[in-house]
Amino acid sequence: MIMHRYQERSVKALPVWIPILLTVAMTAQIIWHMHRPDPIAHFHRLTPPPVQSVLEMMSLGDPVAMSKILMLWLQAHDNQPGISVPFRQLDYSMLIHWLEAILKLDPRAHYPLLAASRVYGEVPDAEKQRQILAFVAREFQKDPDHRWPWMAHAVYIARHKLKDEQLALKYARLLADKARGENVPGWAKQMHIFLLEDMGEIESAKILLGALLESGQIEDPNEQAFLYQRLAELEGKRGQTGRQ
Amino acid sequence: MGCNILYAIFAITRFTLLEARRNRLVWLFLLLLAVAIALAVFMGSIAITESQAIRTSVLAAVLRIFAVFLLSLYVITSMVREINDKGMELTLSLPVSRTSYFFGKLSGYSMIAVLVSVSIGLTLVFYAPFFQVFLWTISLFFELLIITALCLLCVFTFTQITVAITAVTVFYVLSRTIDAIQLMSREPLIDPDSLPQVFITRSIDLLAYVLPDLYRFSPSEWLIYPNTMTGQILPIAVQTVIYLVLLVAAGLFDLYRKNL
Repeated sequence: MIMHRYQERSVKALPVWIPILLTVAMTAQIIWHMHRPDPIAHFHRLTPPPVQSVLEMMSLGDPVAMSKILMLWLQAHDNQPGISVPFRQLDYSMLIHWLEAILKLDPRAHYPLLAASRVYGEVPDAEKQRQILAFVAREFQKDPDHRWPWMAHAVYIARHKLKDEQLALKYARLLADKARGENVPGWAKQMHIFLLEDMGEIESAKILLGALLESGQIEDPNEQAFLYQRLAELEGKRGQTGRQ
Repeated sequence: MGCNILYAIFAITRFTLLEARRNRLVWLFLLLLAVAIALAVFMGSIAITESQAIRTSVLAAVLRIFAVFLLSLYVITSMVREINDKGMELTLSLPVSRTSYFFGKLSGYSMIAVLVSVSIGLTLVFYAPFFQVFLWTISLFFELLIITALCLLCVFTFTQITVAITAVTVFYVLSRTIDAIQLMSREPLIDPDSLPQVFITRSIDLLAYVLPDLYRFSPSEWLIYPNTMTGQILPIAVQTVIYLVLLVAAGLFDLYRKNL
């Protein structure tokens, strides 16, 4: 028995009008598409998220996947099809509600906090920056050893974008106090020290730096050397200040 | 000759409708209709405001999806069964051309699409003004017509239920979202000029050329807001005709190449 590899007849077996019709229809479709107006983008405001139980129900038992999809949707909201919505036009209260809901669906997710600290935190609106940084700080405290990078970003935003040194220091201290896990690098735990130094509060920074070194938390020799060097620099600065 | 062709088409159409009637499709559809109404009423009842608009839009959206998936599932499973049971071979062994067979099947399933659209329209009349519902129903019928022809094409091409349903689902989702995908691809967040990004954007634009504008078909805003459908139905009708001809030609292409 001969097995046929092809169950189909040759194209030559077709009535002539079928390929012609196919070509004409395809051409008509392309021409039609070319003459149709482009999709128009509309700005849609954020609405409040559904209650958590509804979101969990909608996830069909897979809240992590739901969290990822919602995060992409939320991101697409400020970059809506065809419109780049300035962050200052976004309703940050709603945005935070959504980010909270997404984080509740997947508490281990990094994305909502990264978006909060590094994307939405860049908004040129001090009030909105404070709102979003407060959200990061709140969420950070729920899982400090896991969420410390975003708190460190929040310190950076507060210090360099918002230019609120007191707020940056507050967040840096929070970071140092709460994130004590072994996975948290020394530089993150020491941010408040560098900030104090930056602020001119050399003495405070020196004391804190010394305490950190004496606490034994810094095990890496290079890091120890670096910090001792910073301490020496601070000593030098203090000497200069004293002579003046 | 022409009379014979029409008679063959009519006979196949009739038997297709008869099969649908005996298949308890009507009962399934009525059950889905009841579920959709219950869901819409529930959604409307928990809304603080715009409860009527929520009820109408939820009902329209849910019924549209029900209609598309019910019809596509029915067409695909019925056609695959007919092919597997050698019903198609039996019919084509009679003095019936493949074109007549194809159009007979297409018109039979299109009649079902008419019945489904009209039933949905009659349900929606209780929630929205008649004229708005009327145009929306016509648009829904056009959408179902495209899906029906697509299902036939997929069955003749793949002859497997799973592959055909997957292909129809992907096609439908893409056609309904291609506008948003296109706009999003033009405004990427990261490096819009990078080669992969340009490639993706061009590929999506290319894809949009061969997909119908289903995202313009039967939106629920037609039912809620007056005058939103002005001038919309004619382009939808033209798109339906063009795409239907394309799908019919492709379906016939595959049917004529089939070795029976």
